[in-house]
Amino acid sequence: MHMADALISPEIGGLLWLVSGAALVRSARAVAAEPGGARTPLTGVLGAFVFAVQMLNFAIPGTGSSGHLGGAMLLAVLLGPHAALLTMASVLVVQAFFFADGGLLALGCNIFNLGVLPVFLAYPLVYRPLAGAQGRRRGPAAFAAAVAGLALGAVAVALETRFSGISALPLRAFLMALVPIHLAIGLVEGAATLALLRFLAQARPELFHGPRTSWRAVTLVAVLALAAGGVLSWAASRNPDGLEWAVAKVAGTLPSAGGTVHAGLDRAQKGAALLPEYGFRDRGAAEPTRLETSLSGVVGGALTLALVAGAALLLKRRRSA
Amino acid sequence: MAHPADRFLQLGTLDALAGGASPIHRLDPRAKVLAVAGLVVAVASFGRFEVAALLPYALFPAVLLTLGAIPGGYILRRMLAALPFVLALGLLNPVLDRAPMLQLGPVTVSAGWLSLASILVRFALTVGTALLLVATTPFHQVCMALEKLGLPRVFALQLAFLYRYAFVLAAETARLVRARSLRAFGRRLSLGEFTGLAGGLLLRTWDRAQRIHTAMLARAFTGDFQPREPLAWNSRDTLFTLGWLGLFAALRWARLPQLLGQLAGGAQ
Repeated sequence: MHMADALISPEIGGLLWLVSGAALVRSARAVAAEPGGARTPLTGVLGAFVFAVQMLNFAIPGTGSSGHLGGAMLLAVLLGPHAALLTMASVLVVQAFFFADGGLLALGCNIFNLGVLPVFLAYPLVYRPLAGAQGRRRGPAAFAAAVAGLALGAVAVALETRFSGISALPLRAFLMALVPIHLAIGLVEGAATLALLRFLAQARPELFHGPRTSWRAVTLVAVLALAAGGVLSWAASRNPDGLEWAVAKVAGTLPSAGGTVHAGLDRAQKGAALLPEYGFRDRGAAEPTRLETSLSGVVGGALTLALVAGAALLLKRRRSA
Repeated sequence: MAHPADRFLQLGTLDALAGGASPIHRLDPRAKVLAVAGLVVAVASFGRFEVAALLPYALFPAVLLTLGAIPGGYILRRMLAALPFVLALGLLNPVLDRAPMLQLGPVTVSAGWLSLASILVRFALTVGTALLLVATTPFHQVCMALEKLGLPRVFALQLAFLYRYAFVLAAETARLVRARSLRAFGRRLSLGEFTGLAGGLLLRTWDRAQRIHTAMLARAFTGDFQPREPLAWNSRDTLFTLGWLGLFAALRWARLPQLLGQLAGGAQ
C-alpha cells in the first residue's frame, strides 16, 4: 500500500525522506562504481517494464479478485539490491509525480516501505541465506522474501502512521488490519515472482549471475531503522508530548547524506518550523479568540480566492490580447 | 481504478503539453523545480486544521496554468482521478474527531471536518502544482534539473529512461493484452498464462534494453545527459525563483486571508 500524504506529519515525512535519500545516494554510488559502468539503460527500461507488467492482471485461484506483480523482489534477484532500489524508487517517483499515488511528502516513506525494506532487509536476510550458494532454491527463497518484504512494509506503514499522530486509529488495531492483508498480497507477489523466475531460469539461465550482497549497506539500513524506531518509541512511552522534540532531535543528528536537495529541504522546513499541533488528545477546548477570528478567516479565505481568480483572469486576458 | 500502465497511455496529452512554448515553458527547469519544492514544503508545514491560510498559495498554480496556456479541465480531470484515495482516508476524520472547533454564525464545524477540508486543499495544491510542473516542462528537463540540483546522476538518468520507455512498453503490453483477450472469450488470465506473457515481455524488454545500451555506447554515451540545448540560467529565472520562494515564505508568516477578513470586518 502506498503511504499517503494525508496520513503523515511533516516530521515523519522529512525523516523518511532523509533515510530514503541516504539509501538512494549510497545505491547510486554503488551502481556507478560497478565494473563496466552503470547499466542505466537496462535498469531504466526494466523500470518501464514494472509499469507495463502491472497491466497484466491475473486471477487469484479460489477468490474473485485479481492481482499483479509489484516487482521489488524480482528486480533484486535479477539486478542485485542497489540497482533494484534505484529502479523501484524511479517507479515510485513517476507514480507520485504523474498519478499522485501517495504524494510528494509521502514519497520518502514509500521509497522506504516498498524499496529499501524489501531490497535491503528481506533480500539479504531472507533471500540470500535460503537461495543457496548456486542459487538452487532461488524460486522458493524469492517467494519467502517477497512475503517478508510486504509484511515489513505493512508494519512500517502502521508505525509511520502511528508516529505521525494524524490518524486516530490505535496502533494495534491498525497492525491487525494491515499485516494479514499484506501477508495475503505477499503470497500473490511471491507466487508471481516464483513463477517468473522459474520461467526465466529455463528460458535464459545466463541472466542469473548472482550479484553479491553488500553487508555494509544492510547494517547501515538496519541500524538507521532501529535507531529511528528505538528513539521514537522511547520518546513516545516516556513523554507523549515530546514526539516532535524527539523527531527534531533525530532529524538533526542523522547524517544528511541526501545531498544538497535534501539538506536544503530540511533546512527550509526547520526554518519554518512552527511545529503545528498534533494529537487529538492534547488539544484543549477551542479558545474564544479562535472562534471570534474564525469568521473573519472564512471571509478572508473567500476574498483570497477571488483575488487569485481575478489575477488569473487578468493574466489570461493579457495573454490572449 | 485504471492500472498504472493504462494510465500511462493517457499521459500522451501531458507529454504534448510539455512541449509548448509559453513564457513558463521557456523558464529554466531548475527554477520551476525549486519553486514547486518550496510550495510543497510551505504547504506541508502548516498545522493540520489550517484551511484559510493555505488558499493564497493557489496563486502559484493559477499563474502556471494561465501563463503556461495549459487547459485547466485536463489538469482537473487528472486530479480527480487521484481523489478517491485521498477521500477514503480523509473521510474518517469527521467521524473520529467531533470536537467543535469553528463557529460560523449558527453552524459549528467540528475539528474532523476542518482537518478533512485541510487535507483536500493540500491535495489540490500539491498535486495540481506537480502536474502543472510536468505539463510545462518536458520530463527529461525535470530530470536534468534534479541532477543539477544534487540528485545522483545515475538516478536522474534512470528516471529519464523509465519515462521514455514506459510509453513504449505500455503500448506493447496493451497490444499483448488485446491480442489475448480477443482469443480468450472473457476468460480471466491464469497465473500460468501470466507467467508466459510477463516472462516473454521481460525477455524482449531485456534484449531491447541491451540493444539500446549498445546503440547509445556507439553514439558516445558516457553515462551523462547530452542535451541538444544545455540548461541556461538567466536573470528571469532568478527573479522567478526568488520571487515565488519569497512570497511562499511571506505567506507562511503573514496570514493574508486573516488580514483581508479583518479589513472587510472593520469596514462594515
